[in-house]
Amino acid sequence: MTTLPQSTAKKLGLVIDLDICVGCHACAVACKEWNTGAYGAPLSDQDAYGAEPSGTWLNRVHSYEVKPKEGPAQIIHFPRSCLHCEDAPCVTVCPTGASYKRAEDGIVLVNEDRCMGCGLCAWACPYGAREMDMDAGVMKKCTLCVDRIYNDNIPEEDRVPSCVRTCPANARHFGDFADPDSAVSRMTAERGGFDLMPDQKTRPVNKYLPPRPKTDATQTAGGCGKPATATPQPGGLLGWLDRALAVID
Amino acid sequence: MHPALSVIVFTTLSGIGFGLMTLLGIGLGAHDLAFRWTAVVLAFAFTVIGLLSSVLHLKSPSRAIFSFSQWRSSWLSREGVLSVLTLGVFGLYSLAFLFMDMRVAGLGIAAAVLALVTVYSTSMIYAQLRTVPHWATWLTSAAFLCFAAAGSLLLLAALLAVFGAAGARQTAQYALVALVVAWAVKALWWRRAARTTLDSAGSGIGQATGLDRIGTVRPFELPHTSPNYLMREMAFQVGRNRARALRRVAVLAGALLPALLVLLALVTGPLAALLVIAVLVHLGGMLAERWLFFAEARHAVSSFYGVQ
Repeated sequence: MTTLPQSTAKKLGLVIDLDICVGCHACAVACKEWNTGAYGAPLSDQDAYGAEPSGTWLNRVHSYEVKPKEGPAQIIHFPRSCLHCEDAPCVTVCPTGASYKRAEDGIVLVNEDRCMGCGLCAWACPYGAREMDMDAGVMKKCTLCVDRIYNDNIPEEDRVPSCVRTCPANARHFGDFADPDSAVSRMTAERGGFDLMPDQKTRPVNKYLPPRPKTDATQTAGGCGKPATATPQPGGLLGWLDRALAVID
Repeated sequence: MHPALSVIVFTTLSGIGFGLMTLLGIGLGAHDLAFRWTAVVLAFAFTVIGLLSSVLHLKSPSRAIFSFSQWRSSWLSREGVLSVLTLGVFGLYSLAFLFMDMRVAGLGIAAAVLALVTVYSTSMIYAQLRTVPHWATWLTSAAFLCFAAAGSLLLLAALLAVFGAAGARQTAQYALVALVVAWAVKALWWRRAARTTLDSAGSGIGQATGLDRIGTVRPFELPHTSPNYLMREMAFQVGRNRARALRRVAVLAGALLPALLVLLALVTGPLAALLVIAVLVHLGGMLAERWLFFAEARHAVSSFYGVQ
């Protein structure tokens, strides 16, 4: 049913820490690896070794340059995947009932046996979270690794989404946002986690943590690229040498 | 947005077809046998070709049957259900109209209302999308309905003239008025679109990434080295010159030439020939208008890629 549940018992999702992400794309690769052999059709590639390779990925890592009003610009790496919105527009537009949001944990999924590949859900999603698989002809999206997080056949530490498990910088966290005491809820509250495009009224579950304020090296060291103005007075042997040279000079 | 031919043909032709069903349903037209058959066949041809064309847009058309199931939430599903309902009711109405020259008023009105609601739900497939600010306005629905009315009135006038039936001149006058109204609505739509950007709709690059809280955002490196589905489908860009040229074609062929031809037909010329040409020219203009409707629309996702 493509009507949304009134509320979900759990709100499973991710926190992505933009302060920590180093833009290594390991999450995107791990996602592709797990999901090509997991839930639903494989994530196909077209012209993979040709001039214009293209394929289905459920996670993409952008890099942006952000220039504050004062001070130097900074580079921020920005992983982008499904936010498992509470008011997911991709679900309600679906004509076939293939798209749905689970009442028990809030995960947004596609039942590929019902998807006719019309692409309207991808049009309805402001975050580019859905990509049509050109081989299977069905819409693919992040499943929050639904086949890992409840999987009793894998070690307990692996029962998190593949992107979270693989992140070498620990920039991705998985948890239940319905629980105010969960790590992800606390992190969001402490660090001012924010929604992407709140004007789209999608109420995303996933939150992004803003980069921490940078100390401005140009202000503390007396100007970019210039040495500190006050020459330090060396002591000890160097100081004696310095004074001796000054006498000769 | 990527201007897919299948969807352009679908919205244009089904609009005119359902418009013609509305006009025939409310009792316009003539008793002439040839007229009746031609009008009914054309109404079905336009709608069915339009609907079949929309199926070409699907990547897995074998599952299209499921699209009738989610009418509670989905405009696309409603459009599908309503299309089939309209074709069915109009089909029943046509049986009496064709074989007994009888107008069953109840069926006709029902078909007319259903056809209009179908065109409205077609427009809502696009107008519902907050992600495409150009489309997200009631003006989109108004334009779809008015163009359906103008195109179908023009077609009806031409048919009446071809078969020498009464009412051709009057219908042509209605068509002229409908053309003016439709293009006035489209002018408003274009004016709004010119002032509506992703930034103004809250989905520019700063709001998309949430990094506007730090400063000015610009893309530094893209996530992939060649275009993907999102870029092909949603970050489609049309050249400024090409868009301007096509807009001229749309206005000239969609509005000015057909209006001139109708006027000429009303004042002097051979009514039938001029009206048929007007219909064909108008159809060409409408395809250009619909191409631009898709190609010029900006999707929120393009912000992530720095495409404005």
